Amino acid sequence: MLLRHTTDKIIERKALTVNPAKTCQPVGAMYAALGVHGCLPHSHGSQGCCSYHRSALTRHYKEPVMAATSSFTEGSSVFGGQANLLQGLDNIYKIYEPDIVAVHSTCLSETIGDDLGQIAAKARTDGQVPEGKHVVVASTPSYVGSHVTGYANMVEAFVKYFANKTDRLIKQVNVISGWVEPADMRELKRIMGLMKIKSVLLPDTSDVLDTPMTGKFEMYPKGGTTIPEMVSMGDSLHTIALGEECTTLAAKALDNKCKVAYTSEDLPIGLKATDRFINTLSKIGGVSVPDSITDERGRLVDTITDMHQYFYGKRVALFGDPDQLIPLTEFLLDMDMKPVYIVSGTPGKVFEKKMSAMLAERLPEAKFKNGPNADMFLLHQWIKQEGVDLIIGNTYGKYIARDEKIPFVRYGFPIIDRVGHSYFTSLGYVGGLRLVEKMLSAMMDHQDATCSEVKFELVM
Amino acid sequence: MVKKKDLSKGLPDPSALMDEIMAKYPTKIAKKRMKSFVANDPSEDQEIQANVRTIPGIITQRGCTYAGCKGVVLGPTRDIINLVHGPIGCSFYAWLTRRNQTEVPDGGDNYITYCFSTDMQDENIVFGGEAKLKDAVREAYEIFKPKAIGIFSTCPVGLIGDDVHAVSREMKAELGINIFGFSCEGYRGVSQSAGHHIANNGVFKNVVGNVDRPRAGKFQVNLLGEYNIGGDAFELERLFEEAGMTLLSTFSGNSTIEAMEYSHTADLNMVMCHRSINYIAEMMEEKYGIPWIKVSFIGAEGTAKSLRKAAEFFEDATLTAKVEEIIAREMKKVEAVRTKVLPKTEGKLAMMFVGGSRAHHYQDLFKELNVTTVSAGYEFAHRDDYEGRKVIPDIKIDADTRNIEDLVVEKDDKLFREDLVAKKAAMLNKGYAFSDYEGMMPEMSKNSLVIDDVNHWETEKIIEFYKPDVFCAGIKEKYVVQKHGVPLKQLHSYDYGGPYAGFEGAINFYVEMERMLGTNIWKMVDAPWKSEPEIVGSFAFND
Repeated sequence: MLLRHTTDKIIERKALTVNPAKTCQPVGAMYAALGVHGCLPHSHGSQGCCSYHRSALTRHYKEPVMAATSSFTEGSSVFGGQANLLQGLDNIYKIYEPDIVAVHSTCLSETIGDDLGQIAAKARTDGQVPEGKHVVVASTPSYVGSHVTGYANMVEAFVKYFANKTDRLIKQVNVISGWVEPADMRELKRIMGLMKIKSVLLPDTSDVLDTPMTGKFEMYPKGGTTIPEMVSMGDSLHTIALGEECTTLAAKALDNKCKVAYTSEDLPIGLKATDRFINTLSKIGGVSVPDSITDERGRLVDTITDMHQYFYGKRVALFGDPDQLIPLTEFLLDMDMKPVYIVSGTPGKVFEKKMSAMLAERLPEAKFKNGPNADMFLLHQWIKQEGVDLIIGNTYGKYIARDEKIPFVRYGFPIIDRVGHSYFTSLGYVGGLRLVEKMLSAMMDHQDATCSEVKFELVM
Repeated sequence: MVKKKDLSKGLPDPSALMDEIMAKYPTKIAKKRMKSFVANDPSEDQEIQANVRTIPGIITQRGCTYAGCKGVVLGPTRDIINLVHGPIGCSFYAWLTRRNQTEVPDGGDNYITYCFSTDMQDENIVFGGEAKLKDAVREAYEIFKPKAIGIFSTCPVGLIGDDVHAVSREMKAELGINIFGFSCEGYRGVSQSAGHHIANNGVFKNVVGNVDRPRAGKFQVNLLGEYNIGGDAFELERLFEEAGMTLLSTFSGNSTIEAMEYSHTADLNMVMCHRSINYIAEMMEEKYGIPWIKVSFIGAEGTAKSLRKAAEFFEDATLTAKVEEIIAREMKKVEAVRTKVLPKTEGKLAMMFVGGSRAHHYQDLFKELNVTTVSAGYEFAHRDDYEGRKVIPDIKIDADTRNIEDLVVEKDDKLFREDLVAKKAAMLNKGYAFSDYEGMMPEMSKNSLVIDDVNHWETEKIIEFYKPDVFCAGIKEKYVVQKHGVPLKQLHSYDYGGPYAGFEGAINFYVEMERMLGTNIWKMVDAPWKSEPEIVGSFAFND
């Protein structure tokens, strides 16, 4: 057994986290910053943070992930990291020539009280930031929130820095995306295109973390939200913020700064969440939904109804981030599946509120928990107490899946043992179909591999 | 297709390349980086700058002290709970990512698949985290009943003044199991290297020597600095067992704390990764009189040489005969594969920038394939790893090094092996070398370019200059290099392949290089229409 010390006996913990269902803020900030064109993320802390975050993102995307670090040593930890960041910025602009450096903090620089805003201002005054270049800063202490919080903070920082209100109104909609894959960002843009709604997507990691092999390395690939696009967000008609935990900060900041009102929606994962997203788009853009989208929806519903017998009553364990888990839980419930166990290490009231609202009536036996000690160890213990038919979560779930012989669908961050997640969307109706296909395949492959020869089926 | 360099007259002088690289840097930075570059000349004693701070803003390969301590040295040991005291990320990122394999007997403990953290929150930073740490230790004990718990400090711990050592002592007394702490905050040193040293100190103080055990074999050895990436240690365990040498303890591939506790009863220490583990070898010699030799089991020739050297130490005819028998048998298999793959590898160019020993050891494997190493360097090594241990007295001890405790080790009067000291003296007289690491540079060709702590800009430039056929580094460099159209072999994780140690490992590596150097897939990068005349105008499918 891979997790041989895990038993069904749950002893309440208040201090020890075992097998976390989250990681720390800076990696989220780094990911978000990669979704801005010509931007080099910079980690203000010990060089291990930057190394770990780049490694985690690289393993997930199988793509170059460029970021710099302030390389703190004991001296900077005692005397403050200002000198390191000033020198760092100077070197970065001279050697790597980005348009923007997106600096995020770490537990180290936060603990010693480095003020990134003040240091960036000094860098501008002292000439470490060349004319026409930008430094954006976000405070992302690792001991608050999770990787999701870091993403939210960095996106907010971009909006605050760049978005600008002029006296002209631009007929476009801002879409602030939660933490999704490059393929998902691409899908959001495709949907906006089909709806014929002009939009700005922030951030946008498509064509950054899914770049083609050309034989030439591009430090700043062609993708990413551009500076003019970010600036124009202040003049947009409206903002749609997808995924409350990841995007509310940025949407609010934009509203406060430029008076662009926002609508908060779940990430369009599964049927109903996508329905709401499309409806909102239609209303905000004042456009009718094209037949092509209605057809996509129809194909998803067609598959769900055709395959309903395989989903009905199936018990599912989920772990990951609130913004994904909320619409995913709804989707599973709509297919008459039973999402019985759900954990997220990411704290916040949104999870509790929305899960309660969905599960209290429809699946009262469901157990769900987020925040401190809501980890994969607890999830596994629940599974030990009463099994499930399917596990959905990041790569770390494979250890539970193998020990307990349960079908497993990889979903979330990080996925470091398979490819596809960055290329094939799981958003919208098309993405819903992919989720349905993945779940079905996992459960049916399991049945094929484990059922008796007598019960082995040709047609399913 | 890129035009290959003509190396028939030897490697080109890299001076112009070095100047071109430096031209991009601000003057001060150029001056500093230049000292970490050497156009190698093995006939001269050249000095390289190493183990110095990475310049802020530079995109480096390096990681932190915590990574070296928890991730590298203690990570592969299966029967200890490694509890990380800090915010969640540090423990999360070190969770299974170094792929240290381990073989657990039925009923044995294995915590490698688990990730333990105190998940510090802001109130712990403000009010101190010791209470939470104590609770976490108690909870870990209550749930798992481990034999030992190691506590690892992350950056904020040292800054807010949490004393992990005091907590360890208190908890050890309360729970009655071995509990010890490491002050391996990420900022402590200039790289992972500081973490290795801290880990060595902690293991030596708190583990080595805890259990005296009767002899289990005639020839007792330890293997130091072998981390069982991809099953390397399994390969070596098999060889030692067949030869009749008793491998008491490996630091730390496929290891247990239990075995480390009686490692001081060995007759000889063999050091693989000099950088990460020479400290324990030195301390065991000072305290117990156990001599150490440098070995490398990377490459078939190196494996044969190292096995012979270990056997020679014991001056036993049966052992020597057995070792020769194994070598003869294995080399036959190795040679068959080598001959088969040579047409695909012969004359190719490699470069490697990794670790504190792999960038050296793997050159041997490439030599066996007639592949030239044109440029190499370490990520976190010291001057002695480049120039040999003879330079240790001349290495300037800077403030960053002074931060790391240098343990004062005293002779253990009861357990000290005077017999081994006498044996060492006698062997030295016969020309047998102990504590003998000569470093990477004397073995590299004239004009090969040696670079310490290579960074992104330098990587791009040397790829452009040498156009290597294979580049060896880690996960962060992997896809950067491959986007250039050059295949990258990961030498930290082996790209999830391996083992590459020992004879079987050499065969695996040969076959892997046959794949990487012989494939045509890189020729498919350009779309066919890129090389055809553009079709002007169109007559179909327009709206």
